[in-house]
Amino acid sequence: MRVNALAVFTVLYLLVLYAPIVLLPMFAFNAGTVIAFPLQGFTLEWFAALLNTPALHEATLNSLIIAISTAVFSTILGLFAARAATRYGFPGKGGIVGFIMLPLVLPEVIVAISLLIVLMQLGLTSGTWSIIAGHTLICTPFAIAILQGSFSNMDKSLEEAAIDLGETPWSTFRLITLPLVSPGIIASLLICFTISLDEFIIAFFLSGNEPTLPVYLWGQLRFPARLPVVMALGTILVLLSVALLIVAETFRRRGLKRVGLKDTGGFL
Amino acid sequence: MSQTSTRTPIVTLTGVQKYYGDYHALRGITANIGQGEFFSLLGPSGCGKTTLLRAIAGFEDISEGQILLDGKDMEGVAPNRRPTNMVFQSYAIFPHMSVAENVGFGLRKSSMSVAEKRTAVGQALEMVGLGKFGARAAHALSGGQRQRVALARALILKPKVLLLDEPLSALDKKMREVMQVELIKLQREVGITFILVTHDQEEALVMSDRIAVMFEGEIAQLDDPETLYRRPKSRRVAEFIGMMNFLPARVLGEAGGRVGVEVQGLGPAELEPAQCPSGAVAGAAEIGVRPESLTLLYDGQTAEGGREASGTVREVVYYGDMTYYDILLDGTPAPVRVSMRNMPGRRVLEFGARARLAWDPRAMVLFG
Repeated sequence: MRVNALAVFTVLYLLVLYAPIVLLPMFAFNAGTVIAFPLQGFTLEWFAALLNTPALHEATLNSLIIAISTAVFSTILGLFAARAATRYGFPGKGGIVGFIMLPLVLPEVIVAISLLIVLMQLGLTSGTWSIIAGHTLICTPFAIAILQGSFSNMDKSLEEAAIDLGETPWSTFRLITLPLVSPGIIASLLICFTISLDEFIIAFFLSGNEPTLPVYLWGQLRFPARLPVVMALGTILVLLSVALLIVAETFRRRGLKRVGLKDTGGFL
Repeated sequence: MSQTSTRTPIVTLTGVQKYYGDYHALRGITANIGQGEFFSLLGPSGCGKTTLLRAIAGFEDISEGQILLDGKDMEGVAPNRRPTNMVFQSYAIFPHMSVAENVGFGLRKSSMSVAEKRTAVGQALEMVGLGKFGARAAHALSGGQRQRVALARALILKPKVLLLDEPLSALDKKMREVMQVELIKLQREVGITFILVTHDQEEALVMSDRIAVMFEGEIAQLDDPETLYRRPKSRRVAEFIGMMNFLPARVLGEAGGRVGVEVQGLGPAELEPAQCPSGAVAGAAEIGVRPESLTLLYDGQTAEGGREASGTVREVVYYGDMTYYDILLDGTPAPVRVSMRNMPGRRVLEFGARARLAWDPRAMVLFG
């Protein structure tokens, strides 16, 4: 059989992409403290160590609070902005939408430093809420991009039909718009949650003495002895991400099926 | 002529103007639409017919003028508070609901009991011939079924006026013809005023009691289908509705209430004033005549009063039931279109053959 160059490239590409991630669980269960082959033997010690690290628990809790808040705020803001951008014409629309989408391409370092300066000028202390604000700023464009897709797939007359049949604009939004864009809302929540959870730069600048998980991990890297514990944590995070993605994708497909739409992309 | 309806007006439009920035979409629309009337707004795309329909529904504000629905001024009245319901061009069936939920949607805020609502939904579905479809998911319907669900959903609230925005344009030809007849029947049954927007002149002629032909935001002519077809007021209306031949002519003068014209290729004719919608001024003019008003003469046949013309067949289009000919009359620059029903004893003429035509001055319209 002739060797297909494209197939070889694909296999190599996937190998390079995923080999480091496969190393993660390998060393997480490795009995040695040094991250090197050969493996020393099986242990659950590092996972047990995770349970006995209160600082880690705090960082995880911080991260979850920030990620969930960011996901909710960005998606709500995104919902309004996406609806406005797809349903209404108003003066300066292009410029306004452009400015909202700008953080997508703005270097995060710049955003982080600017936010820090603004907070200091206002005399506010940095911490969880300032990180949520920063993350919402960078996540909202993603939410808008996802939800704009949902809105432009939706026939504008559906909302008009509901109003025509006696509903108010608000009850129309609740009964018609929201259910029909719900796959987009779930996708947006998931993406924003994920972006916020592993965001480092803004969190690093603004976290003060309440580190998020990535900031905590980064701090641990200074202690080689803690490395296997980091590996164990990494393993758990990878598994959680995959599980989250599967759940979100299931919801998205179910939503599409319910309204009889054809699948046009998605994550899996 | 039936410019004004004898029915009680249910919709009164007075000097309705609509601007979109610099664009003048509606230019002084004035019309009365009667109770129980099947009224059509007919025109090419961009003529303002959909804007006018949406203004009646309340989805567009008007810049000037007045819209009365059942005697009440609709200024500032939101669409959900107007006694109108609409069938949208896309049908706008809620895809996440069942057929019954769609049809019953408008009853959500009514004071009916659950059982009464169920009965009302059942009756509405029965009315459009979808009695057994209540439990079906809305997205699992064909085009014609969606159309019926949209109708049942809009009619369940018993509106004073039902607005239909190109409701048949998404259907194939066969289905469209079926639905045209069903819509007429349904309208007669429920007795509700229907206002239909369409760009299809045939659809408008088939279904309407009266038709408003619109061009560039204005009503060019408002009449019943027959008047509109037989006595178009302008060449533009004549061209938009059906097919019409235009022959150069000379107005000779008026005598005894009748207008004498000399039609190129045909000969002299006398017209009633009703056949001259824009008046008759001596000099150059045009005569409009429909293809079916010109008749081919076969061997031995003669025309009444010697109103006969001859020419050469330049095109033959055979449709089965009908044949269309383009015939270049002797002494004229352009051919006229003649349509003949194919009946026993009428052979189809061939390209290049000589042909004789009979014509009738009663079927002519003079355009200045």
